[in-house]
Amino acid sequence: MSAPLLEIKDLVTEFPMKGWRRPPFRALHSVNLDVKPGETVGLVGESGSGKTTIGRAVLGLAPVTSGSINFDGQDISRFGSRERRSLSKDIQVVFQDPYTSLNPAMTIEDILAEPLIVQGLDKRAASDRIARLLDRVQLPSDAAGRLPREFSGGQRQRVAIARALALEPRLIVCDEPVSALDLSTQARVLDLFLEIQEATGVAYLFISHDLAVVRHISHRIAVLYHGEVLEFGDAEAVSENPQSPYTQRLLLASPVADPVRQRQRRQARLAAL
Amino acid sequence: MSTVADIRAIANLTKAAIRQSLFSRILGSPVAFVSLGSLLILIAAIIAAPLLTPFDPNSGDIGQALLGPGADHWLGTDSSGRDVFARILYGGRNTLGGAALALAVASILGVTTGLIAGYHGGKVDTGLDWYTNLVIAVPHIMVLLAVRAAWGSNIWLIMTVFGVLMAPGYHRLVKGIVSGVRNELYVDAARVSGLSLPRILGRHILIAIRAPIIIFAALSAVVVIGVQAGLDFLGLGDATVPTWGTMLNEAMVNLYIAPGLMLWPGLALGVVNAALILFGNGLRDALEDSKSTKRPSRRRGISANAPKAGTSGSAAVPAAGGSDGDTRAGAGTAVVGVPGCGFIPDEAVLSVENLNVGYPSGDGHKLVVKGVSFGVRRGEILGLVGESGSGKTQTAWACLGLLPTGGQIVDGSITMSGRDIGSVSARERRGILGKKIAYVPQEPMSNLDPTFKIGYQLVEPLRRQLGLSKAEAQAKALAMLARVGIANPERTFDSYPHQISGGMAQRVLIAGAVACDPAVLIADEPTTALDVTVQAEVLDLLRELQHETGMAVILVTHNFGVVADLCDRVAVMQLGKIVEQDAVEALFSNPHHPYTRMLLSSGLEDKKPRTRLLPAATPVLEETKP
Repeated sequence: MSAPLLEIKDLVTEFPMKGWRRPPFRALHSVNLDVKPGETVGLVGESGSGKTTIGRAVLGLAPVTSGSINFDGQDISRFGSRERRSLSKDIQVVFQDPYTSLNPAMTIEDILAEPLIVQGLDKRAASDRIARLLDRVQLPSDAAGRLPREFSGGQRQRVAIARALALEPRLIVCDEPVSALDLSTQARVLDLFLEIQEATGVAYLFISHDLAVVRHISHRIAVLYHGEVLEFGDAEAVSENPQSPYTQRLLLASPVADPVRQRQRRQARLAAL
Repeated sequence: MSTVADIRAIANLTKAAIRQSLFSRILGSPVAFVSLGSLLILIAAIIAAPLLTPFDPNSGDIGQALLGPGADHWLGTDSSGRDVFARILYGGRNTLGGAALALAVASILGVTTGLIAGYHGGKVDTGLDWYTNLVIAVPHIMVLLAVRAAWGSNIWLIMTVFGVLMAPGYHRLVKGIVSGVRNELYVDAARVSGLSLPRILGRHILIAIRAPIIIFAALSAVVVIGVQAGLDFLGLGDATVPTWGTMLNEAMVNLYIAPGLMLWPGLALGVVNAALILFGNGLRDALEDSKSTKRPSRRRGISANAPKAGTSGSAAVPAAGGSDGDTRAGAGTAVVGVPGCGFIPDEAVLSVENLNVGYPSGDGHKLVVKGVSFGVRRGEILGLVGESGSGKTQTAWACLGLLPTGGQIVDGSITMSGRDIGSVSARERRGILGKKIAYVPQEPMSNLDPTFKIGYQLVEPLRRQLGLSKAEAQAKALAMLARVGIANPERTFDSYPHQISGGMAQRVLIAGAVACDPAVLIADEPTTALDVTVQAEVLDLLRELQHETGMAVILVTHNFGVVADLCDRVAVMQLGKIVEQDAVEALFSNPHHPYTRMLLSSGLEDKKPRTRLLPAATPVLEETKP
């Protein structure tokens, strides 16, 4: 058992509400999670479950009301902007919507060069690195000079993955990275995630609403409901033999792409009601 | 002064503004190009004044006063014998220079505070809001007169003060845009990339406000020039400094002796202001045109089919060439369906034959649906399944007669009870929609009008289509709400859309769709935006309603699980064509077309976790967007 790379302890996140003296909205209630080096932890839950908030709190984009987020043994939950910037080498992100996560006015090369140049690479080294990154995510090398709007959703998501990989991070927060993609594109991008992990040993905090996706990519799965972790354990155990009634419901509600088995699943679901 | 509405209108342009380079957009608008060109020529002439005229603007020969235009003095002389042409050129330096100073002060102040307030929000924003509101409330002319009274009529000082007074307009514009852009994912990504604040502001945010600022500056320059000329015309300026305003003032004195003197400064002011306004409007129009390149996205799946696709440009036309998907099959090769793919059952309630839907592009049409044939029987649920760009939604819209602007049925027929409903008039269509064909859309929330209560939105169509009285329609609407499984129909009836959840909203829309007992229900991705547990409930509801009423259902979806759950027959679409059609069990157990097989094999069912989904040898044939 290796020491965790990321350890979230009793994380509480509250968002202030508009209006005088209104109590803040508590998005996360005491969440505990950990991610080991090179591991994929899937966060699954429906809308409002707080799965995205956990990812954003790790990235420093959501407030931490109490609790701690330890990365590599260091509590990063109260980092200032300077310390946060130095973390960018270790923690990166791939967002859900490849249409709004790339600045439409910048070329692919500029988008990929930005983190590199901030880290002090010169232009030439950066452009070498960009060529390798594009190759890594299986995009043609002439993609560099083009604008995001010239690419399809799947290709844009590859650019976003390349940007996340640029600084060779140890953890990538993947916030619904395949839910905006077509089925065959989704399969391709999932393959890419797995391949990158094998090659680089990066760890993923993989957030999705789709239990099937999370089951496929994760070593361990945490099931979230209304800001609480209901179940956290081995991917196979959670997805095949869920302990919490909610996970069972979630499992039975996901339709199988097979009419016969789906009928059985539907009957099982209706029987469980 | 520009109104708040003006500022909003300009701010709305930002999304478009960042999608195309500014320069190319100016070139693309003849009005903006010509007006900017004439402004630049005028400015060049003013700068090159010493080369264009030998005369001094401030000294004249009193013996040559009030001459008409001639060979020496091209535009004549004024009452002190000074050359009018020279005074126009040198006066332009002060008039336009003063305006430029005011604009520079206003934009530097306003953009800086706007950026800070927009990006940080909170207390800084509140404080700056107080300040800007205060400045806006102060009568500007009074302040300028007070400044002149206290410190004399120095044009540069007055223009600097005027710039400070104008700054709130810029502040509001920039703040509005920035607080929108700040929440874009690419700004979050930049923060995670370790970019410093100035860099994020400079690289990602300033670029979004550039074009709106230019438009706003052009329009507010007109105000500055007007106020400045007005002050000088009233004689409040420095008479020793030539400006177009002081020239007007002098011309006024000699109006009866030499009316021509009024013409030249008036003309200069008119040309400059007209050019500025036309430039601003031209650039705004150019931006609005390019707005249609914006892609709509759905929460859990990107649809290539823009529901309200813009009016111009092929960019808005849903990509049919497989340009969006990373589809392997069909890239470059013609799509050929397997036998039986165009099957139309006997006694079909709705049958579609050889349907072609196109959007105008260049010369002719770009087809997004190519020769599609299918039919649906009473009591049957037909699934139209495919990836983005497959034309499934376009087909559904064609059946409803609700194709976006530009889209039209190029060929083929859509027959319902013996009539081709593809070519009926809008009036006839209104009689068909709702009553014979009903529609359940993808995004429940955006298909309910937020300004009306749910009850009203259900009752009105019932009264119109079925001719019910208000009380009858209300009773029927409440019964329908109860029927679709809403626990407290009265409460929902009395709610506004924002007060109910997405799943409830979809139930409300289903209630509205089936209320008039339609023969065919077209459901376009009805559960895509919903959580899986809610999706399961909505699918159950659709199944029950269909059993009860025996209506035919066409279910458009990209999700094979939903197809397996609900459909009797499936048509698989690829690149605008149906490639395979079969009963649901047969299609899943024995798919014939390679594309169907590829789609089914892309699913995650029965795959060993953490293994490759697609064979490594699969060539990556990802086309780029045209």
